[in-house]
Formats: sequence, structure tokens, C-alpha cells
Amino acid sequence: MKTRKIIYLLIPSIILIAFLYNCSQSKESANFSDAASKVYVAPGKYDEFYAFMSGGFNGNISVYGLPSGRLFKVISVFSQNPETGYGYSEETKAMLNTSYGFVPWDDAHHPELSQTNGVPDGRWIFINANNTPRVARVDLRSFETAEIIEIPNSAGNHGSPFITENTEYVVASTRFSVPVPNRDVEISSYKENFKGTLSFIKVDQNTGKMNLAFQILVPGFDYDLAHAGKGPSHGWAFFTSYNSEQANTLLEINASKNDKDFIAAVNWKEAEKYVASGKAKLIDAEYYHNYFDEEKQHAYSEKNSKVLVLNPKECPGIIYYLPTPKSPHGVDVDPSGEYIVAGGKLATVIPVHSFSKMLKAIENKDFIGDIDGIPILRYESVIAGEVENPGLGPLHTEFDGKGYAYTSAFVSSEIVKWKLGTWEVVDRIPTYYSIGHLMIPCGDSKKPWGKYVVALNKITKDRYLPTGPELSQSAQLIDISGDKMKLLLDFPTVGEPHYAQAIPAEILMKNSKKIYELEKNNNPYKSKSEKETKVVRNGNEVHVYMTASRTHFKPDNIEGIKVGDKVYFHVTNLEQDWDIPHGFTVKGLNNAELLIMPGQTKSILWTPQKPGIYPFYCTDFCSALHQEMQGYVRVSQANSNVKISYN
Amino acid sequence: MTKNKSRYLMLISVVLIAMTYFFPIWKIDLNAPQYPEGIGIRIWLNKITGVNEYDLDNINKLNHYIGMKLIEPDSIPELKVMPYLILFFILFGIIASIINKKYLITTWTFLLIITLSIGLYDFYMWEYDYGHNLNPDAPIKIPGMSYQPPLIGTKQLLNMRTTSAPDVGSYLIGISVLLSSSILVLNKKGNKNEVK
Repeated sequence: MKTRKIIYLLIPSIILIAFLYNCSQSKESANFSDAASKVYVAPGKYDEFYAFMSGGFNGNISVYGLPSGRLFKVISVFSQNPETGYGYSEETKAMLNTSYGFVPWDDAHHPELSQTNGVPDGRWIFINANNTPRVARVDLRSFETAEIIEIPNSAGNHGSPFITENTEYVVASTRFSVPVPNRDVEISSYKENFKGTLSFIKVDQNTGKMNLAFQILVPGFDYDLAHAGKGPSHGWAFFTSYNSEQANTLLEINASKNDKDFIAAVNWKEAEKYVASGKAKLIDAEYYHNYFDEEKQHAYSEKNSKVLVLNPKECPGIIYYLPTPKSPHGVDVDPSGEYIVAGGKLATVIPVHSFSKMLKAIENKDFIGDIDGIPILRYESVIAGEVENPGLGPLHTEFDGKGYAYTSAFVSSEIVKWKLGTWEVVDRIPTYYSIGHLMIPCGDSKKPWGKYVVALNKITKDRYLPTGPELSQSAQLIDISGDKMKLLLDFPTVGEPHYAQAIPAEILMKNSKKIYELEKNNNPYKSKSEKETKVVRNGNEVHVYMTASRTHFKPDNIEGIKVGDKVYFHVTNLEQDWDIPHGFTVKGLNNAELLIMPGQTKSILWTPQKPGIYPFYCTDFCSALHQEMQGYVRVSQANSNVKISYN
Repeated sequence: MTKNKSRYLMLISVVLIAMTYFFPIWKIDLNAPQYPEGIGIRIWLNKITGVNEYDLDNINKLNHYIGMKLIEPDSIPELKVMPYLILFFILFGIIASIINKKYLITTWTFLLIITLSIGLYDFYMWEYDYGHNLNPDAPIKIPGMSYQPPLIGTKQLLNMRTTSAPDVGSYLIGISVLLSSSILVLNKKGNKNEVK
């Protein structure tokens, strides 16, 4: 009898709970249906922004549309890509040359758009290689990597590539301090032998070509991130550092002891003067400079052996330390150029330095000491304010151009919105999960477009359908047009995006190349028409000058190849029509396929190992008769007398 | 109508004719699902160009599937003759407007109309030839199918919706003919009114 009573009581409560639960569910979905219309890009319509996300450990840049979160392209930068032949083809192999030999992979963290007057201009995007220190420049007409420069005297090129207001310089700092020049020493001699460097890479305004102009030798801390000044602070660049303890083991404990580490403020205009007056020392340093010649459609490597180095001891006025709590990560300069925001990842506040106070403190020599000739400014004299209660583990800050700053907090997994000047937190929104960088379109420039912030998260867990232990990364698009931040969209990202940049689509769209002009193709192995195709033997090298057009290769029957020959297929895509690439591969190719854009020539090396007939074919479905686009190579014994013939 | 007026009208006709050097006279536009950006050619007095830089090559490339001959401007004699024909009408027209005699204007107008008619017929024959004289080895062969573009109008040719129409140059010639004819008509009326 008693149990029955309980059941009678239970039933209505279960129904009530179910009802309430349903209500809360439908309320949430109602919110999101509003969000859906904000991220919906109708078929045939375009996204408002291009977003360029670093690929992290995939070494590339991926290109997304915002607000849809759709992936358009993965630009090969520091990693070989067998899909296109990047880093495999004869034309692109040289892009990955370093002083350590050919390096097929890297860890790419921070894309940074070129700027004019402090505003992204859409000419180029730069990105760093973390592991084997390099900076790449991607041409935003072709969306292809145009140049890679290695940075000597650096290890863990994390704090790069941040650019000055008119792309005068790309700056880079070393995360690992190392002996300069690098040599065989005891690791425990860290304090004595290990040094940091801050590098300034000059960018040619017409060609974009990079040149390592000079490096500044700094105490052996870990230099983490950077941003250049703008407006009034143009001419300065700011670099965070941690491990001012100079520990060389168990850094998580040993580098977390000091209450404050430093932001290094560098007056690069002053540094330029010292360089011009001959104060810089030319020291030995081996580093590669690789660039892709668009006319020749071919990459070339230059080896450099010297670099100019400035020592702050001999160049007073080029660098100052701003004490900053605690193991700061990001350093971000607000659109006005006055505020320098540090992401003190172990700090309980977000410290914001004032550029004008910094200048005054320098003028008054308001120093509390110096390290290796670098004056340390008094914290109280340079600080503009501290944001209280900013979330746990603040890392990076972007700006909306309306007086607000948005800081990512990794540990508490949220974005915190606060007001510049009053330093009060006005809003916060959770992220899923453990946000690293965040990005507002043009949010680190003088003119942020605002509208959205993208959270670039490190942990994904349950956000999407599970795909085994390895999951994609996750990003969130958040509307920042109102007072309250509103979550609009979750979307998966490839690789592991660290920083990202976005730019209004109309700036890039009009410049985007559709084809490479065949007329301008000066590749040494081009065939501009089918009449120019040929097969040439030169010792045990065979060069096949081949064309691809709808829907055949010329030649498509090749005989006279012998086992052990080094066969180079130089395939020119004769098409001059938009979106008609051809692909090329041959059976057993121990290399990669070629994906050849209209007007391009690409070459791949094949070393056949046994005699027989080897089919080759087009791998990109090019037209109605794509399946007919094929041919045969006959491979004979090494000692056979079959002569080269083709048709 | 005064003598001077007819002279000026005739001069305008000549100027209009002369302007055809700078405008295409005919256009053929193709639309297909995979060409959202459009593809087409423009026929000028002395050349054939693509609407976009490489359209002519690309149309040739597409046409090879159905075995159509290559459109090679260099091998079309009309493109060499037409500039001189127009030059002839310019010179003749200038003389006609200087002398300003009715029979000269009449001759000029009728010669122009006859030339235009022959030109249109010739153009039709070229189109017929391209559309019917197909390579028997073509990959795509559809029994009974020919690919002649319309002279004026729109026609679906496989996946290509083909639209052919006069372009600016033709309108210039058309207005020129109307002007010179109006001289004749108005003169006639004027003469009637001014019976002495």
C-alpha cells in the first residue's frame, strides 16, 4: 500500500520534471535558431571574411570563411604535401631547405597579415615555423607560399612573425635561448653561455622579399610572443619573456618562481640607426633563404653565412624591460597604440602598460636596475591599470575597436570582455574547451572590424561526433556586436590552430588569381605547346617534357626508359581556363603526385626499379573524358638497347 | 532640308561607320552550368577576341569534343578584307558629303546595304560550316546533331546555351544607314514642299 502511494506521487513529479526539461531544451534551441540565421551563408553566396588559421603541428595555414566556418583551402607552408607535390616536386623542394638539410615538417603558430598604415592590406600573410626557426610569406593572390627565410641564432621561433605598421619589418624572437653562436657546451652552463635573440626581418615593399636585417642579443630568457607598436608606438616592438630565472631544467617549477618576468620594449628605429652607423657586429651564422620565383615557377635556395648583431650594452636606448607578472604569454597592443596588454598566464590580473608612461619613465631614467645593460623600468611607473578577476590563465587579447578588449583564459576556459581605461570586466562567455588564442577580424590592427570573435580551443572532447582518440580541434564563433557576447557556431578545425587572422573578403577576392599565364611561364622545363614536347636522355637521366590538356597527355606512349634511370616528368598544364587543374602520377611512383594548375609546369622524379609497362594518368577529374587521360611508359632492363621514342 | 543639313547628316554617317573600328560588330555568348562566369567571343572588323582573355582558346578546347574546327582568326580572310571595306565607305562617304549630290548618297547607302547583306550571308555560311563540318573522330557524336549557332537569337547546343546577337559596331552601321536613308527621304519631302 505504501509503495503504491509513493509510485502515485512519483509519476506526476517525473512528468513535471520531463516537462520542465523539455522547456529548457526548446528554449536553448530557440536561441540557436536565431544564431543559425547569422552564420547561414546561402548557396552561391560568399562569406564576409577570410579567416587564416595556423595549422600548428600540420605546418600549414588553413583558410576558412566566416561566419560559416567552412574550410576552403589548406595552404602548404612548412610541410610536404603529397597531394599537390609541394616539397616533393623539383619546383618546390628547395622551399624546405634549411641549414639542417631538408626539413619536411614544422610547427606553424602565428599567421600575420601584411599591413599598410596599421591596417591589413591583403598583400601577404606571414607565418612562423617554431621547431626549425623560419618565417614564411604567403602570396595572397595565389594563396601559395612564396618565400621562407631561416632565422639563425634562434631555437623555437615562437614569438613571430609580428609585423610593423607598414610591414617594414617582421619581428621574431627565440623561445629557447641557446649558445650564440651555437656550440657544444654543458647544458648546466646555461647562465653563462645561453643567449636570446630578437630578429628584425626587412620586407621589400614591392616584391615582399624578406631579408634578415639585424638581430639584438638579449639575456638568456625564453622569449615568447610579440607585437609591434602602432600609431604613437610605431617604431617600437614588444616581446614577452618568461624564465627570467634562467632555469635549464624542469621549467614548470624553476621558471615559475619570479613574481614578475619582462616585456622587452625595442625601439627599432633607434636600432636601425645603430646598424646604419656600423655598430652592429657581423657574425658567422648559417641560414637558408628560399623563394619561389613565380615567373620561373621554380623555387631557389640561397645560403647565407653572416648576420648583423646588435649588443644592447653597446647601443643604449634600443631596449628596455617592463616588469610584468607572471610568466607573460601574449603581448597585444590596442588599436590606439597606447596600451600594451600582457597575458600573464600565471598572474591573477591582466597587467596593462602605458606607452606614454613608458616614454616618460625612460626620459626620467626611472629604472630599478639593469640586466646585461638593459634598463629595467619601475612597474608602478609604466602600468596603466590591472584588470581584476580576468579568469584563470589569461593568454591573449584582441580588440573590437569600440574600446573593449577580449582576453582568452585557458584554465577557466572562457573569453573575458573588459573595458580599456576603466579595466573593468563587463562580460564573459565559456569556450569549449580550454581556449588558446582568440581572434577578431583585424583585431590586432589599428582598425578592428569587430563583429565576431573566434575562440581557438585546445580541447574538443564531446563537441562533435567521436572519431576515436584523435579528434579535430574546435573553434567557436561568437557574436560581439552587442553588449553581451553570444555563441553562434561551433566548427571543427584541422591541425591545431594557434593564432589566426581574418580580413574582409572583398579585399582579397578581387586579387585572387584564376590561372597562371602560360605566356609568362618561364620554367626551364616548360612546354608551351604540344609541339614543344619531347623526351631527352642525358646519361641515366631522362627528361620528359610533357603537356596536359583536355583530355590527353602529350606524349602518352614513352619507350626507351631503363631500370635505374632518373626519370623527370616535367608536366605543363596548357589550360588557361579557370579551375581546370590536371594531376599526374605513374604506377609505383615512390614520390608524390603532381597537381598542376592551369599554365603551370611541375616536375617529379621517378626511378623505376623493375622492367615492365607503367601506366600514368590524370588524377584530377578534369572533364568528361578524364578517364581517357592516360598513357604508358615502357621500362626495359638496364642493359637493353631500346632507344628513346615517344608519341 | 537644307544642303548643309544633308551634308552634316552624311558626315555623321561616315563618323559612325568609322567608329566600327573600335567596337565589336557581333557577339556570341555561351552559358553552361560549369561556366557561371560566362564565356563568349566578340567579332570585330579585323579580329575575334574572347570576352575574358582566354575565352577563344577555351571555346576551341571545348569544341574539340564535338569535332568542331578550331576558330583561328588568322585563317579567316574576311577579317582582313572588312577593315578595307569600311575604309572604302569612309572615303566614299566623305566624297559624297563634300559633293553632296543625291545620287552619290543613294549609291553609298545602297552599296552599304548590299555589303551588309552579303556580310550577314557570309557569316551565316561560316556558322553553318562550323556547325556541320565536324571531325568524324570527335569523341562526342550525336546522330543528327549539328552545332550551328543561331545568326540572331538563342539556341541550346548540348550543355551550352548559345546566344548570338549584333554588337555595338552593327548598331553603329545600322544608325549610319538610317541617317543616310533619312537624307534621301527628307530631301524628297523637302523637294515636294519647296516646289518652285
